[in-house]
Amino acid sequence: MKRIVELTINGEPRDMTVETCCSLLDALRDDVGLTGTKKGCDVGDCGACTVIVDGQPVNACLMLAVEAEGRTVETIEGLQPGVDVLHPLQDAFMRHGASQCGFCTPGILMMAKKLLDDNPRPTDEDIRFGLSGNICRCTGYTKIFDAIKSAALEMEAARS
Amino acid sequence: MRRFDYHRADTLEQASRLLTDLGDDTFLFNGGTDLLVEIRERLRRVRNVVDIKGIPGLSDIIYDETRGLTFGALVTVGRLERLALVRERYPNLRDALASLGSIQVRNRATVVGNVCRASPSADTIPPLIADGAFIHIYSRTNMRVVPLAEFFTGPGKTVLAKGEIVTGITVPPAGDNSGKAYIKHGRRKAMELSTVGVAVSLSMDDGVCSDIRIALGAVGATVLRAPAAEAMLRGTRLDAATVKSAADKAMEECTPISNVRASADYRRDMVGVLTGRAINQALEASA
Repeated sequence: MKRIVELTINGEPRDMTVETCCSLLDALRDDVGLTGTKKGCDVGDCGACTVIVDGQPVNACLMLAVEAEGRTVETIEGLQPGVDVLHPLQDAFMRHGASQCGFCTPGILMMAKKLLDDNPRPTDEDIRFGLSGNICRCTGYTKIFDAIKSAALEMEAARS
Repeated sequence: MRRFDYHRADTLEQASRLLTDLGDDTFLFNGGTDLLVEIRERLRRVRNVVDIKGIPGLSDIIYDETRGLTFGALVTVGRLERLALVRERYPNLRDALASLGSIQVRNRATVVGNVCRASPSADTIPPLIADGAFIHIYSRTNMRVVPLAEFFTGPGKTVLAKGEIVTGITVPPAGDNSGKAYIKHGRRKAMELSTVGVAVSLSMDDGVCSDIRIALGAVGATVLRAPAAEAMLRGTRLDAATVKSAADKAMEECTPISNVRASADYRRDMVGVLTGRAINQALEASA
């Protein structure tokens, strides 16, 4: 059984035609064509598919596409503030080499964005707690941690 | 993913009818963080899911000094975890909520779902049982309220009949001079199922323990109370020697199995260690 789901993705109204058993993750990747959101484990363990739905980060693999009806979804493709302009987190990840194979990076960036939106001055523990649902199989956690810390400071400086 | 049909209910009655009328392999769909995994890993055969998230009135969180905290079936783990009220008055539940899955999972998973899944290792169950929580159950003919300690009949099994739906949970308020603790023991800090979980809620009256409940997770077919250990502690000043013998008694009262996460012997030993530790933590919090 297929349904049409109307929602807002990265600020734009969109519709997706999906099977009712299709996950939001598969719908984003296969129907909408937004393949920046990655499928790691597909069972909610790895965090690679993290997207922000109505302001809260969730695993897109653990949500049905039909449940996104009327909701606002933010994906990695919407993180950039403009064409050829990087989000400070993306910039910091590049400078710190906080991406090895890159597969976990979109999910970690979305999680980090939510963390800094809510808590512009996170403690080291806040950052570690905030990323506890995102697994990096290259184990590049130190550089990821450093990049988020540095982005937080830069964003703070830019505000003042 | 294996195919299934999706039904959205607008009322409890409609959800209940769908659950009974659509036949076997029809499951209630709430947060979905367990059900979708079970479907994908082919652990559960599912033909229909009945989404209850559109039913009004199940998202409320109410607190009052006499009845305590009542939250609806749709309240997510994350929403409850972030409430100042829960942090202040139900720190045991708060610790359990914050240790469940990941932030992403907690934003979808519901507390009622965690309870209804009836896993012996579910994090939210021990503190809720230690606090004397009640569960509200809807059926098309009547509503009933069941003490949470009597809700579970086995791993994954509850007293719920076909077509019955849990609408919420009430946790009584903490009295004066009460203290609570929940200690989760796992191999890692995040994204972990508990190897052993121990919750203790107690009340002190002039230095004497007037009431205590101990709930043990992941060491039996359901979350267990430790009534003999509790009886040894009631009416005492919770001195070190009494706490030690009660913790030893709790080791006798649990019925752990060996599985991929730990051996039965290890679990039993940890019940001894953590029960003592949780009693002391709750005692300190009561001061």
